[in-house]
Amino acid sequence: MVRVPDVNRDQFRPKSHPNDHFLLTTVVGSYPKPKWLNRADDLVDDPDSKFDADDLAEAHDDACRLITHEHERAGLDTVVDGEMRRNEMVEFFAHRIPGYEFNGPVKVWGHNYFDKPSVVEPVEYDEPWLVDEFEFTSDVAERPVKVPITGPYTLGFWAFNEAYETTEDLVYDLADLVNEEVEALVEAGAQYIQIDEPALATTPEDHAIVHEALDRITAGIDDDVRIGLHVCYGDYSRIYPELNEFPIDEFDVELCNGDYEQVEVFTDPDFEPDLALGVVDAHTAEVESVAEIKRNIKQGLRIVPPEKLTISPDCGLKLLPREIAYGKTENMVTAVREVEAELDAGEIDLENPLADE
Amino acid sequence: MTERVATTPGLFPLPDWAKETLSDLKGHQKGDLLSGNEGPEIVSTYADVRSELIDDQLDAGLDRIVEGQARWDDMIAHPLTVADGVETGGIVRYYDNNNFYRDPRVVSEPTASGDVAEELASASDQLPADDDVALQAVLPGPYSLSELATNETGADAEAFRESIAAFLAAEVEALGDHETLFLLEPSLVEQPPEDGVDAQASDAIDRVASATDADVVVHTYWGAIPEKPYAHLLDADIDAVGLDLVTGDRDDSVYNVQEYGAPDSVALGVVDGQNTLVEEPETIAERVGWFEEQLPVGGFETTYVTSNTELFYLPENKYQAKLNALAAGVEVLS
Repeated sequence: MVRVPDVNRDQFRPKSHPNDHFLLTTVVGSYPKPKWLNRADDLVDDPDSKFDADDLAEAHDDACRLITHEHERAGLDTVVDGEMRRNEMVEFFAHRIPGYEFNGPVKVWGHNYFDKPSVVEPVEYDEPWLVDEFEFTSDVAERPVKVPITGPYTLGFWAFNEAYETTEDLVYDLADLVNEEVEALVEAGAQYIQIDEPALATTPEDHAIVHEALDRITAGIDDDVRIGLHVCYGDYSRIYPELNEFPIDEFDVELCNGDYEQVEVFTDPDFEPDLALGVVDAHTAEVESVAEIKRNIKQGLRIVPPEKLTISPDCGLKLLPREIAYGKTENMVTAVREVEAELDAGEIDLENPLADE
Repeated sequence: MTERVATTPGLFPLPDWAKETLSDLKGHQKGDLLSGNEGPEIVSTYADVRSELIDDQLDAGLDRIVEGQARWDDMIAHPLTVADGVETGGIVRYYDNNNFYRDPRVVSEPTASGDVAEELASASDQLPADDDVALQAVLPGPYSLSELATNETGADAEAFRESIAAFLAAEVEALGDHETLFLLEPSLVEQPPEDGVDAQASDAIDRVASATDADVVVHTYWGAIPEKPYAHLLDADIDAVGLDLVTGDRDDSVYNVQEYGAPDSVALGVVDGQNTLVEEPETIAERVGWFEEQLPVGGFETTYVTSNTELFYLPENKYQAKLNALAAGVEVLS
């Protein structure tokens, strides 16, 4: 069953918050890399270059500092380093988990490839995956830091399984490792963890496997730690209302992309976890206006009351031009603060939040 | 005495060097994908790729050689995406995989382009004059191709399937000499035809199969065909049905053959085209033996020993290892 979102939400409310109402603002995770960082990633592989692994580590630190501060400048209540150190969401973790090996790129579509790893032995937990990254970001951030982790269902099903009888068995072993990692992150001070499961969007019939995996991930994790789950755009009716039983505090959805046509999926029965609603499109390179984003935020109020509403972009923004990603984030925060003020003033009818639109 | 033939359903991965070269030449976006009128530099890159894929098969010792279908950006929807009467729509999911292809929106009766015939002719030029190897053509089956496409012709579903069958029959007629034709029909398993449609699907397959004198294998994968469509499929004039013995419940496929019979030949998908774990030759031989032992009547004329699926899901090194394993598996059986 759902965790205790009302217990762990308020710790993210900034002391200087201007309104009585508080819609928590956050991001899904990835953010465009500065061009120089992509150059640096290439340069370190160039045998003729003097640029070495230490230089790259410094470049990653600089980029993480930059994007964390960019998130703060946009006014977000909780920030991420934009995943500057990560190349791809499965590869990054597979390199850190003993049991995986890499054989080369495979086709996803057209000339887009993915270094799909193979699990060749039972997976194990060795060194922490993200603790250094979290500690660095936490040190440079003024605001609380959220940590996105690729979920075990995606880490399992987006790999070749050579070692396990079923991929489901692999997923459960991976979930136990994610649990160890979450414990290590919490030990280091992390209070906001997001599990990313894009693979569930394409195979929603496997929601029970994700449920079992989440039970393992959250075992022994204190109530004051906020656990979110992000699932990219798909047919959400295939996982609702089942997701009401998931042991999470928050469910993050990509609904802007589908113009909120699926809002009604979540209205009956009542939505149990907090809702993290995507209000800017991660796939269009135009910055939405504040007025448009405010309308999108009100779509969320059709599903949950304000005290259960978190606001984020639809998905990671990494494929957008950086100034567009920033513009979307900044307008998103402005829109949230305006909606909060309207809620304070009683100007929004919670029974029919879009009445004035 | 059953002849065992080592082969594949084609659609191989690009060699790693070509992944990079072609993505630089063509681009990464939807509009950059192949339309059938590519410029000379791209044509010559694909010619190099074709030679390499043919060499891979000759080196492994396969009995049937395919062109490799490296140009098929849209997987088995390719013949439509390069045809007239078809517009390419959005990127849609390829069956139950994390792979995507451009939705072929058929807006008027599609006309055969001869694109696949040209590929096959180029492959044919590269085969050694050797009695041991022979050329195998690969095309989607009409049922799967009509399921993968979007019908915007205004015709009803039955007429649409017939137009796709006519289109494929024309593509087959354009093919030069080939020993075997594999028609890939995964939709018979993934979106099996309902009552009434199953007979139409069989008629459509019959129409395409009749357009060649070569042996026609209707290859299915991702599980077993349900009973009724299987029974109807046997009405088509084909030489073999291809069965997946890796994914799903292989007993269902055995049951179909025991209950309804089979053409004189069979293709057995005994190597996993979607997993990097490479089967031992002995394992391949055991799987073929396991299937053959359960059938009461004396042997098939030919057993095609193949991977269950296309091989483009694999990294380059593992795809090559799978070709080697198939040839070695047949070696063990002989």
